[in-house]
Amino acid sequence: MRVIEPWVAEPLQSFLDESGARLTLLMTSAGQVIAQDGFTRSVDVMAAAALGAAIVASTDAIADIMTTSAFGVVLHQGPKQSLVLRAFPTPRGRWIGLVVFGSETSVGLVQLFFQELAEGLAKAAPPAPATRAVLAENFEYELNASLRSLFGR
Amino acid sequence: MRNLGEALERVTRVAGIRGAMLVSESDGLVVAEALAEGLDGAAVAALAASLTLRLRRTATSAGLAVPHVVQLRAERGTVLSVPAGDDLLLVAVAERDANLGLARLELRQAAAQLGS
Repeated sequence: MRVIEPWVAEPLQSFLDESGARLTLLMTSAGQVIAQDGFTRSVDVMAAAALGAAIVASTDAIADIMTTSAFGVVLHQGPKQSLVLRAFPTPRGRWIGLVVFGSETSVGLVQLFFQELAEGLAKAAPPAPATRAVLAENFEYELNASLRSLFGR
Repeated sequence: MRNLGEALERVTRVAGIRGAMLVSESDGLVVAEALAEGLDGAAVAALAASLTLRLRRTATSAGLAVPHVVQLRAERGTVLSVPAGDDLLLVAVAERDANLGLARLELRQAAAQLGS
């Protein structure tokens, strides 16, 4: 497991221990990665985060067209692996969880423990730091620092 | 759908039964439910399905074939689970003083009704 923010680690570890997930990715609704488990290549994480955020944005748009509230969970069920994508509120804004799992667990268990993860993150979140301007010269440094945190290099 | 309602009602009519659910075993999701207020059906369904699946594997590995009933007795009540057709389980949550013999009988008959 790799996390950008240390307070995410404990609730996420509980989720990983209980849910039997193969891959887990937490990201902001803009696709910025917060934590990951199971991915071995940074390019996969970035692609999954971008695609996951795009899918949630698409379902939000569909919900808007249908004049209904946003969809809670997106489930892709496959013969060997399935994927749950779920947006949830946190004190740090709206985050998205992407979980890939196999036949060793079930969508019911993944959803049950994901709900506990969302509640755990809401409790564990420290007060939000003061926002600061994003400068172009800092962007690459911060991106590389995040990648080092996520992949340990 | 009427069949499902009748089967669940048959189980919940037993004194001391707090709720009954039809659960997809492989998904751990609720298919139909009749639950008392305050009972978290989604959580019970997910965990009961997982437990039943593992106990089935345990029983078959031990050469005992497929369990007819799974009964989990806790301090304040009991969870009962029986197979109810293809990939389905009928699950009941009983209070401590419920008539478990009658509950098991009704569960199995309701499951047979659903599976037929």
